[in-house]
Amino acid sequence: MLRIENIKTFYGNIQALQDVSIEVKKGEIITLIGANGAGKSTTLMSISGIEPPRSGKIFFEDQDITGMDPDKIVSLGIVQVPEGRRIFPFLTVRENLDMGAFLRTDKEEIKKDIEYVYSLFPLLAERKNQPGGTLSGGEQQMLAISRALMAKPKLLLLDEPSLGLAPIIVQQIMDIIKKVNTENKTTIFLVEQNANLALKIADRGYVMETGRITMKDTAKALQQNEEVKKAYLGI
Amino acid sequence: MDHSYFFELFLGGMTRGSIYALIALGYTMVYGIIKLINFAHGEIYMIGAFTALIVSSVLGFTGMNPILILAIASVLAIFFSSAYGTTMEKIAYKPLREAPRLSALISAIGMSMFLQNYVLLAQTPDFLPFPDMIPDFKFLQPINKILNSTQFVILVTTAIVMILLTILIKFTKIGKAMRATSQDAKMAQLLGININKVITVTFIIGSATAAIGGVLISSHTGQLNYYIGFIAGIKAFVAAVLGGIGSIPGAVLGSFVLGWTESFGTGYISSDYEDVFAFIFLIIILIFRPSGILGRKQNDKV
Repeated sequence: MLRIENIKTFYGNIQALQDVSIEVKKGEIITLIGANGAGKSTTLMSISGIEPPRSGKIFFEDQDITGMDPDKIVSLGIVQVPEGRRIFPFLTVRENLDMGAFLRTDKEEIKKDIEYVYSLFPLLAERKNQPGGTLSGGEQQMLAISRALMAKPKLLLLDEPSLGLAPIIVQQIMDIIKKVNTENKTTIFLVEQNANLALKIADRGYVMETGRITMKDTAKALQQNEEVKKAYLGI
Repeated sequence: MDHSYFFELFLGGMTRGSIYALIALGYTMVYGIIKLINFAHGEIYMIGAFTALIVSSVLGFTGMNPILILAIASVLAIFFSSAYGTTMEKIAYKPLREAPRLSALISAIGMSMFLQNYVLLAQTPDFLPFPDMIPDFKFLQPINKILNSTQFVILVTTAIVMILLTILIKFTKIGKAMRATSQDAKMAQLLGININKVITVTFIIGSATAAIGGVLISSHTGQLNYYIGFIAGIKAFVAAVLGGIGSIPGAVLGSFVLGWTESFGTGYISSDYEDVFAFIFLIIILIFRPSGILGRKQNDKV
């Protein structure tokens, strides 16, 4: 579904990604784990077209999307929930959701999907007229995921959804991610520092170190891998 | 205390405030979206007024109904100002979008000088008379002393523009996209919002309201030259900062406050200091509320 081939992405003169290649198959959950600053977020930003790679190619459903404008990429079905959630603080919860459906014109379906995300996160329904900035961290994460779902993504990119949240909320969010994957057949690309958590729900995983992919395997195998255990799982 | 004098100053201030508001909207909206003080915005207002003057001079020969001429002139003024506004953005600001804001600011000042001199050369340095096309309304005759027809038209037009703009910003898709972009442009892009389109629309709206302001004020003062955009632009900018730059209600409130300050200041104190009141008031407000009356405190993202 998504094929990243040898991309190199730079911030100014600093190279953030070095020959990164990743493949995502339709319907699976893949995870990219690694330490802070390894280049995980940059990978997602390259896919979304915000930080286009200087060389290498990105294909989505066999279409070359390298260097495409971010809004075109969204219209193809790749939607990202960025790190830090980035809720529009002065738009209401409902308006934030409307923005998720920005490119859609099927009004009736949008209404149904709003009901759907309210059923996933009933708290959001209660707070629909409240400005997004007044929500707690966990609620904002729920809103950020819901907002992305409003775009009806084929591929959902999630950047550190567990960051800064209480364990009970993290578990709830991971369950929803799993649910979205199985019920809606949405393919998921999950970036996480919390490798333990990510490998539990993922089918396959990639490990990233200083801008390079250093390991790839099934999630099960990575969980057993001695190096991964030592470096990322704290065992 | 003379009541009718008070009301005269009150309505006079409101009229001034309306014009400032129509211009200040452009400053505050553009600032909200691309964090740029568009110093050439006053010139867009001036170009709107000039367009209306040229159109009405030409149509004046046809013996058409003055109200119809004014309407056509206003529409064309809106069209030309918007065209200038969006072209200016493409030429002078878009290439500098990733550059430090200071570079874009200097580009804006350059654009302002360019447009002033362009009109100076293409037209004339002298003041030109602007035809009075607004009829005398009968129903205003009893209060003619405190509110004349032109002022009445200015107040009503401004009110209509404000209501339409509020509806646009609050309820339409593009309005929501504009608000989203001003709050987090990168996130807006990640949801498929084309921010170039949003920026273009912002410049169109800002230029259009400025053009309306230009036509109205020229009808009010009866004259214009290439330099009218400068002082009006500075005043409207003060109004936008006073209200809290980036905030639309703030720009409107700031404009009225400024209009009244000037009107009462000149009426009760001295007309010699007309332009001083605006700045004194600005300084006082900014000492106590640095982000303006309705301005939001900038929350630094961690």
